[in-house]
Parts: sequence; structure tokens; C-alpha cells
Amino acid sequence: MSEVVLEINALTRRFGTFTAVNTLTLSVNAGEIFGLLGSNGAGKTTTIKMLTTLLPPTSGEARVAGCSITKQPVDVRRAIGYVPQAVSVDGSLTGYENLLIFAKLYDLPRRQQQARISEALEFMGLTADGGRMVGQYSGGMVRRLEIAQSTLHRPRMLFLDEPTVGLDPIARDAVWKHLVDLRDSYGTTLFFTTHYLEEAEAHCDRLAIMHLGKLAALGTCKELEASLGSGHTLNDVFVHYAGTATDSGGTFRSMSAERATAERLG
Amino acid sequence: MTATFIHPVTGFVEKTFVITEFELRRLRHDFTELITRALQPALWLLIFGQVFARGGDMHTGSIPYLDFIAPGILAQSVLFVAIFYGINVIWERDLGIVQKFLASPTPRAALVLGKGFSAGIRTLSQAVIVYSLSALLGVKLNWNPLALLNVLILVVLAATLFSTFSLIIACIVKTRERFMGVGQVLTMPLFFASNAIYPTAIMPGWLKAISHLNPLTYVVDALRTCMLEGGSSSFGLGVDYAVILSATIILVLIGARLYPRLAI
Repeated sequence: MSEVVLEINALTRRFGTFTAVNTLTLSVNAGEIFGLLGSNGAGKTTTIKMLTTLLPPTSGEARVAGCSITKQPVDVRRAIGYVPQAVSVDGSLTGYENLLIFAKLYDLPRRQQQARISEALEFMGLTADGGRMVGQYSGGMVRRLEIAQSTLHRPRMLFLDEPTVGLDPIARDAVWKHLVDLRDSYGTTLFFTTHYLEEAEAHCDRLAIMHLGKLAALGTCKELEASLGSGHTLNDVFVHYAGTATDSGGTFRSMSAERATAERLG
Repeated sequence: MTATFIHPVTGFVEKTFVITEFELRRLRHDFTELITRALQPALWLLIFGQVFARGGDMHTGSIPYLDFIAPGILAQSVLFVAIFYGINVIWERDLGIVQKFLASPTPRAALVLGKGFSAGIRTLSQAVIVYSLSALLGVKLNWNPLALLNVLILVVLAATLFSTFSLIIACIVKTRERFMGVGQVLTMPLFFASNAIYPTAIMPGWLKAISHLNPLTYVVDALRTCMLEGGSSSFGLGVDYAVILSATIILVLIGARLYPRLAI
């Protein structure tokens, strides 16, 4: 049994009378690639926001790398990296400058900063583009720069909210190749949300499906497929657990933000 | 992960300057803003100031009207630039930039103060414009280096104060449309309820009382003291600084409390 790096216990978040995340309980092992699936409005983004300390839970608790998200938020922030769904690097700076600012914010010792930045650029295949303005990057390059920026301090755990939304299949594969490398080289645990089932199938060690704020299913792809009897695909699993139609999926605001992101990255 | 111990105070100061550096690096790539901003103080000094200087007695005492309003116009242009600064954080929120900074271990107050300082440094160009025009128009400026240093500090502080106020509004309203509305509503009252273009002595009692609660009044008073040859202060430079500094500290603390709302 490997070490648990993320432990979520009855985590709940209400907005008024609406329960976005309802007593979510699960744990993730060190070095795992863990996917969180669900239809729009299932509570995936709210979950990530709570785990990254951006949103306080209404009740329940989670521990990231041993630190409580409610009692030790600063320690949690030191231990994690976060790649939000929307574009989080600055287009009016160079790739290098974007990394430099975060190297300083994460207290990398001055002597190590340049080496870490070069290493991160190289790791993400951006060495030749470090001096260019990010505004001229392609969508896939922007995502890889964001991942470089979030992993400069070698976090134990990296949270990614829809890391490949709006990317073409080639750029998507490149992003995933780098994410898997990251896990293999540094043991970084990856926790991500996605709408793409084939991505979950190809890369996840385990996955969870959320439905209406609750955990609907949890396990490896094979386990989940087997749970429906033989001959089922992950698509069947998804429809079975998250399919009962809700039209509540996502607000106008979140949808327009998502499309704008897709446009900017595309 | 490096487990070096970082002293909270030096860490805070360091992070504040990293945020300022981030903002200034962005500015470096866009200079058009600096030029378009110069227009407004030029209009106030060249048109409003010239006309009112001929208009008769404005009770400005021994100093000519144009000399009287030059520091007021500098304070006003700092206010106008700073009060819309918050629109930037709304823009950053619509992208994911605010969220990423908030998920880093940076103290919230450093995020807020760092942005305020950068607004302060941005508005220094306004001081250059107002000084150049005033010199051309024959305003008797005080070129004593210590006085100039005071003006620089006051401009940076005033911009920090009002841009932090702006950031607080942005954290509350969260959308560009509402922000622009609130910004427009606040700017003119702040300007008119101050001693920028007329002395408080000729104000009706109620307005005079309000003007004494308005930090802009103390900014103008301090600037008038330092910018003009033989300028004198109504409240005393010490009181001016005390009011400006404490207002800034209070606003930064409020801003640090509200800033995480942008990630929700």
C-alpha cells in the first residue's frame, strides 16, 4: 500500500440552498494519476477549488500532503501546483518572465532559479521559446508553459482543471506526454478533471465520477467497466453513473468563460 | 520542495516587490497608455486653469490661481488613473491569473500592496507631465531636491491608496460593467469634495466637513506644500502623511481580506 497524498473526508460545499459538492470522500495515493469526471455542474471545479484552498468548504475536511486545507492553507499552497481551466499565464510577458515571477513567489533560492527555469522550459519542450512573448504562443504551448509554471517548485501534487480543453488532438497528446513524464521523473501526483473519456482511459490510474455533487463511482477503468458486467466501455460507465440527465449543467457564465478559453487556446 | 525558513516580514516585503515587478514588466511592453493619460491633466491646466485664472477672485490667498490648482491637478490625475486600476484584476480574474496567484503561498496583503505600488510607479509619469506644463505656464515650482522627493513619495502613496480602493470595489462587484459604473460614480464626488481646484474656505459647511474626511484633500494639501515655492500646509505635512499612510494601511488590510473573493 503506497502513501496517501490526498485524503478527502465528507467534503461539502453549499452555495445558498444549492449543494455543489455533497459529502465527497476519497483518497489518492502518491504518484497516482487521478481523473475526476462528471457532466457540467457535477461539482468537479468546486472540488478542485476547495482542494487548492481557493474556496473554503462548508463542512468536511481534506488533507493534501498531510496538511489540512482549512487549518494549514499556506502549507497546502506550498505543497501543490494548480493549473486553472482558464489561461493563467500573462500574454504580455515572455515565457521566461512568467516563470521567473513564480520562481520568486515560491521562494526558490536565488542560486537555483535560473537552473530550475531552464530545466522547466526544457522539460516542457519550450527551450527555444522562452524569450518569446506568450501572446504569440500556440494553445498547446500556453498549456505546457502553465504546467511548467505550476511545477517549478516541484509540488507533491498538481491539480489541473480541464488541462486539455480547447486543444487539438496533437497538442493534447503533447500535453499528456509531458504530464506523464512529470509523474515518472518527479513522482508528482496528478489530480485532474476532464470531459474527455478517452483521456481518462488512456492516462488515469484510477478515476472518480461525480454526479450532482456526489461521488457516483470510483476505481480503475477496468473495475468500473466490469462493474456493469462484461462488454461495457468507459462511455457506458459514464452514461450509467453520470448520465441521468440534468439540465442544471454549468451556468451561462462558466460556459462562456470555457468557450472563451477554448478560443484563446485554439 | 525547499524547506527554507522565511521570516514573515522580509518575506512579505520581498513578495510585495515581486508583484510590483510583475506589473511593471507588463507595463514595459505597452507605452501607449502613458501617452494617452497625459491628455487629461493637460486639458485641466491649459483650459480650465487658464479660464478660471482670469475669472476673478477664487480666494486662493497670496498665490495665483494657476499655482493653486497645479498640485490639485496632479492629485486629480493620480486619482483618475488609480481609481480605474481595479479593472485589471477583473480582467485577470476572467483569465485564470488571479486564481493562480491565490493558490501560491504569497501573502494576500503582498498581492494587494504590490499591485498598489505598481500603480504608484505608473502614475509618476503624471507628475512629469504636470511639472512640465506648470513650468511652461510660469507656476512658481519648488525645485528643492527634498521637496521633489516628497512629491514623488506622495504621488506613489496616493496612487497606492486609490488603486487599492479601486481593487476593493473590483473584489465586491466582480464584473467589468458594474465596476465602470461604480468607478464613474465615485470619481467626481471624491474630486469635488476636496481642495483640488478651490480652497475649502469657500465651501459650504457640509461640503467642508466631507472634504475633511476625504483622503484626497490631504494629498492635495501635502502636494501644495511641497510643490510650490513658499507653499504652506493647512493641516501640517505630518498630519497629511499620517492620514494618507493610515488610510492606505487600512485599505490594504481590507483588500487582503476581500481579494480571495475573486477566485470564487
